[in-house]
Amino acid sequence: MGVVDNAPVASRRVLDRGDVQRVIARLAHEIVDRVAAEARGPLGIDPASLAIVGVRTGGAHLATRLAARIGEVSGTTPPVGLLDITLYRDDVLLAGNPVPILKGTDVPFDLQGRAVVLVDDVLYTGRTVRAALEALLELGRPAYVRLAVLVDRGLRELPVAADFVGRSLETRREERVRVRLTEGGADDDEVVVEVKGERRGA
Amino acid sequence: MSERVLSVRHLLGIDGLTRADAELILETARSFHEVNTRALKKVPVLRGRTVALLFFENSTRTRLSFELAAKRLSADTLSFSASGSSVSKGETLIDTARNIEAMGPDLVVMRHEQSGSHHLLLRAMSGAVVNAGDGQHEHPTQALLDAFTLLERFGRAPKDGLTGKTIAIVGDIAHSRVARSNMLLLPLLGAKVRVCGPRTMLPPGLDQYGVEATDDVDQALEGVDAVMTLRIQKERISGARMASDRDYFHRFGLTKERFKRLPERALVMHPGPINRGVEIDHDVADDPRAVILEQAENGVAVRMAVLYLLAVVHAKAEGA
Repeated sequence: MGVVDNAPVASRRVLDRGDVQRVIARLAHEIVDRVAAEARGPLGIDPASLAIVGVRTGGAHLATRLAARIGEVSGTTPPVGLLDITLYRDDVLLAGNPVPILKGTDVPFDLQGRAVVLVDDVLYTGRTVRAALEALLELGRPAYVRLAVLVDRGLRELPVAADFVGRSLETRREERVRVRLTEGGADDDEVVVEVKGERRGA
Repeated sequence: MSERVLSVRHLLGIDGLTRADAELILETARSFHEVNTRALKKVPVLRGRTVALLFFENSTRTRLSFELAAKRLSADTLSFSASGSSVSKGETLIDTARNIEAMGPDLVVMRHEQSGSHHLLLRAMSGAVVNAGDGQHEHPTQALLDAFTLLERFGRAPKDGLTGKTIAIVGDIAHSRVARSNMLLLPLLGAKVRVCGPRTMLPPGLDQYGVEATDDVDQALEGVDAVMTLRIQKERISGARMASDRDYFHRFGLTKERFKRLPERALVMHPGPINRGVEIDHDVADDPRAVILEQAENGVAVRMAVLYLLAVVHAKAEGA
């Protein structure tokens, strides 16, 4: 049995409040530009069909913030949906994994034919994205799906890449990326990389 | 990460559940209720798992509801039905259970005419056991779907419970497992419960449930937020103790007149099958305030929640 101590033994802040705001603003501009370009491209999808879908729980506030910023940039605030991917995870019934309380999926619009940007706070193994795509595509058939993340921390286990990345970080497995984000944007918004204090004793 | 799991490994009754367990099941059921409103009503969470449905007593509603719940979780189902048999019930049950166990089900749902038979089943099964009704004892998923329906209709979150609400249960209280499970669950969630029926159908010891008991139906219905009407369990009563259907309807049935005197907000519930003109008036059963079909609909979501949460508990236990 291991001795478990969850207090971080070291941490570095990689984004502060101002950085988070700037990164979200840049992501919003990139999304608006790309969606407009896609409209002129072979898919020819109307930019007005854009919808933002956040992955609960980390992607939920980011999705709302991003949608509001996109509204300021383009003049049209896209609708926001939220996915609870718990029931689609490949590890939900694996022994020893924590099981979160179901928060529920809430996508209050038809996905058919839309341009969808899937949003999560941290891209890591890629397993969450795989589960999110499965959950999303069972709700409807968007014209296309792109992926936006606040932080890409590497260490992928599945062939998944983001289309919009706020910040790329080099991290190690034993580190934890903690994103603090509020819906309205607050003073304590930040992204911190912590070294977990988890030790395995005899 | 916030996390909560059930404190029990089997759902044998409401007895043994904590308030936190009940809230967790009801909260989880809300998510499954959303799944049931989708065009594609299925989630992959129990893919490759097997749910055995053992029904030793007749059932249509409950068996279909559990079967659909299991399928919407992507589980495979094994279905076994047998009504009362002449051989010793205990032996039949154990033999059947051993055979089913050999096929390796992860979850076993059982209905049996013998109260407490699930404890016998536990000896033969390694998976999670769910009571789908045992004799006159308990029918926990029915009480949970009743509570879910009440919360939805009252616009309350499970954590807010049913505080301040008064629910009347009218009918054959003594022989009803639905009544017993509700007498345990509704007060656990903070509701005030009144039970009412002919004196011969009010069991002794009702005090221990913290419910009020009366054989005056008009008194029982005064100021209620919901009334649950129950059918007379004829198959569990010897003939001499029963009044005629007509008599019963006049004395205890939810007649049009009694329905009119109910507060306007009051809901009418029935676990089914309904006997129109016996415990409930023909038209009252179809009134918009009768939520009988919503109960049936919500039953699927509640049973999905129970199967899922028990699968989670067992998965965690394997890793411990």
